[in-house]
Amino acid sequence: MSDIAERVKKIVAEHLGVEAEKVTDGASFIDDLGADSLDTVELVMAFEEAFNCEIPDDAAETILTVGDAIKFLEKNAA
Amino acid sequence: MFDLTGKTALVTGATGGIGGAIAKALHAQGATVAVSGTRREALEALAAELGGERVAVLPCNLGSTEEVEKLVPAAEEALGGHVDILVNNAGITRDNIFMRLSDEAWDQVIAVNLTAAFRLSRAAVRTMMRRRSGRIISITSIVGVTGNAGQGNYAAAKAGMIGMSKSLAQEVASRGVTVNCIAPGFIATPMTDALNEKQRESILKAVPAAKLGTPEDIAAACVYLASNEAAYVTGQTLHVNGGMAMI
Repeated sequence: MSDIAERVKKIVAEHLGVEAEKVTDGASFIDDLGADSLDTVELVMAFEEAFNCEIPDDAAETILTVGDAIKFLEKNAA
Repeated sequence: MFDLTGKTALVTGATGGIGGAIAKALHAQGATVAVSGTRREALEALAAELGGERVAVLPCNLGSTEEVEKLVPAAEEALGGHVDILVNNAGITRDNIFMRLSDEAWDQVIAVNLTAAFRLSRAAVRTMMRRRSGRIISITSIVGVTGNAGQGNYAAAKAGMIGMSKSLAQEVASRGVTVNCIAPGFIATPMTDALNEKQRESILKAVPAAKLGTPEDIAAACVYLASNEAAYVTGQTLHVNGGMAMI
């Protein structure tokens, strides 16, 4: 697992208060991890802060699963 | 009750009658207060009146988009990283009868009274959500609910503030952030001091309490909404008007 993947999963688990093993690449924030729409906005904000990058709204809309977030950040993180 | 020790607040329009009273009241309850306004000397004087402790001076012209964008980050920096209480108090009037209301008078009033409150709230709510606590209090006006001849722009901005606050309140309620409005009626400020005796008489006829309110009446409402005790109050408009309109 890449360093970015590990950090993303840690943020997700902490933020949503779910067990680490549930945070798999395929896990959907809303369907599998119990996030609401505000949680997803907060997660994006948390990623932006942790990885010191900007995630524009249209990109944020495509980040639906843990894997989506990892892929985006591996490409765009500073 | 209503202890604000350890809390931080940003008050816009702090050089006005109501804004100054709000800043003083929050400060008296123990909060650290960043006071904003257009006139630096007046802000410095207010800070001196507060004893120079637990106070920061942040001049800002809310008509300028760039200055508005910088205000919350500047306040967060001055207040140790977070703004717990945002008071959108600043407001201007450019009154005229509707048919003579210019685009410019409309745009200016909407920009300062409504759009600036939107931008400041959007910026401040980020940290509040993360901290799972916060208070956004916007000073609207009775005329935002009742309307007022000659104030189409001002009433629109003030009514807009109420709708905006209710919407934001619904979004962030689950994160411990409350968003409310205070709607003053006729309050004794330099603005109402300018009224002549006849105008004053006719206003007082409409107020069951038979007197003008004071800035301290508004500040007390603000202290309440800012407090932990008001945690279950959100999306509300608290009318402080001596019974002038019972809504």
